Amino acid sequence: MSGTTPTVTTPMSRMAALARAELTLFGRSKGTLVAALFVPLVLPVSVAATAEEMDLAGAGLTVGAVVLPAAIGFSLLFAVYSALVGAFVARREELVLKRLRTGELRDAEILAGSALPAAATGLAQSLLLAAGCMVLLDMAAPSAVHLAVLGLLLGLVMCTALAAVTASFTRTAESAQVTPMPLMLVSMMGSGMMFPLELFPDRLASFCELLPLTPVMTLIRGGFTGGLSASETLTALVTAVAWTAFAVFAVRRWFRWEPRH
Amino acid sequence: MQANGHEHVIEVTGLRRVYGDGFEAVRGIDFSVRRGEIFALLGTNGAGKTSTVELLEGLAAPAGGRVRVLGHDPYTERAAVRPRTGVMLQEGGFPSELTVAETARMWAGCVTGARPPREALARVGLEKKADVRVKQLSGGERRRLDLALALLGDPEVLFLDEPTTGLDAEGRRDTWELVSALRDGGTTVLLTTHYLEEAENLSDRLAILHEGRIAATGTPAEVTAAQPSRITFELPEGYFLGDLPPLDELGVCGHGADGRLVRLQTRELQRAATRLLVWAETAGVELRRLDVRSASLEEAFLGIAKEASAETGTQRTKQMKQEYAA
Repeated sequence: MSGTTPTVTTPMSRMAALARAELTLFGRSKGTLVAALFVPLVLPVSVAATAEEMDLAGAGLTVGAVVLPAAIGFSLLFAVYSALVGAFVARREELVLKRLRTGELRDAEILAGSALPAAATGLAQSLLLAAGCMVLLDMAAPSAVHLAVLGLLLGLVMCTALAAVTASFTRTAESAQVTPMPLMLVSMMGSGMMFPLELFPDRLASFCELLPLTPVMTLIRGGFTGGLSASETLTALVTAVAWTAFAVFAVRRWFRWEPRH
Repeated sequence: MQANGHEHVIEVTGLRRVYGDGFEAVRGIDFSVRRGEIFALLGTNGAGKTSTVELLEGLAAPAGGRVRVLGHDPYTERAAVRPRTGVMLQEGGFPSELTVAETARMWAGCVTGARPPREALARVGLEKKADVRVKQLSGGERRRLDLALALLGDPEVLFLDEPTTGLDAEGRRDTWELVSALRDGGTTVLLTTHYLEEAENLSDRLAILHEGRIAATGTPAEVTAAQPSRITFELPEGYFLGDLPPLDELGVCGHGADGRLVRLQTRELQRAATRLLVWAETAGVELRRLDVRSASLEEAFLGIAKEASAETGTQRTKQMKQEYAA
């Protein structure tokens, strides 16, 4: 130690070191990179195309109010959720998570630090997509921006936690290509990304409101259109927080830190 | 903490570990390691070495008993213990797509009082590999990287799980020298190994684990001394076992024969050997294939395996004998 005061690590410094390594790995994983960076930029175009055909005006919606939340949803699903399932499983199978647990990092720091690059990518991408939609689809400035921001942040935390839950039930890096599919498909179909819930039959719509990403979509759309009542806002917040809390509980209970033998 | 003027850095009492499927890998073991000591857990695969070390590292909570590392519970008081320990797992633990330098930098950011990464790599002779991806390293190079990172924060206590497995003879010697030097500098080292030579040469004290229990413990000399020495030779033509001097006169405590090859066990090697050789000289016969040897750790190990197999007759013991009979 040559007489100098040893550098004491802090949760922030440890997570930063881990996040930096994870960012390097993210950049070296071509498949993840393409799925995370390009898919969320391409899919909104097809949603915009189909939205033109729908009777949106009858439901009091505009194309922008459908496409913008959907674009952010794609970013959350591809850049955050799916990418992180793969990263968590790969690190676990290479015994990286186990090795990290022998050190000073706490369990939550390991997961958060590993998730940081993906979450930051999702955040930057969402902001970019929001700006792009506003310009290209000629949207007005958001009327309740705090709701949109809240929805986005809840979405990031929820998708990170759900990725860890999914990774707990994923045995190999190969199966990590498949295990995120159910939540991704259900979210795209039923959380108001491909089709607005306003166009669904009432019963189906009220069931779909309970899906994890629906409240996130609701809050973001409401943030832009300003059309959310207090009770709708509250319902969305409670649903989103409940899913996040459930995911965090499930991670604490079931997350696997090393491969099965 | 204080016993005989030595601080016990690691204390284990009645330790048990049971896995989810009900397998009891560690079945009530006790030992303690003093500051500045190298302690080896010796045993075959499946003896419970790694299961034990993981409890000491705080990776899992014991099913029973108690572990104290530097006076703390390594599982529940993680924050108090981790900045003072260094760990090398039995295998792996580094992302294969990172370079050696990137891996070292990442670890340095997570270790209190970390040395500069380059210096840590130089310590194990990996400085030239700094820009190589981990996946391109040989097995031995990966072990050395793991060791370098375990040493990054100059830990007071070092846990090494099979540190030399996969190393060539030179790499093994280098690691031994490094670990000895660390001990001389005051580091306490707990290592596991299935190399008898390693435990004998490197450790101050050791415990032989067998099926989750400690079968023998002490300094290598103490463990060895509990075992008899051995004399083997070929019985000369025309002679029978009964032609030898009476065995208790020779100081022999056990004997066996394999064809014409006679095997004598004794706790008084000099007396037994002298009387045997005097007898041969007097009789004017040559003892072919004569082999006189003090008990070694290997014999102690085989003896323990043999006793255990006589008791339990398990498959595992047979494996143990096959592995070490060579």
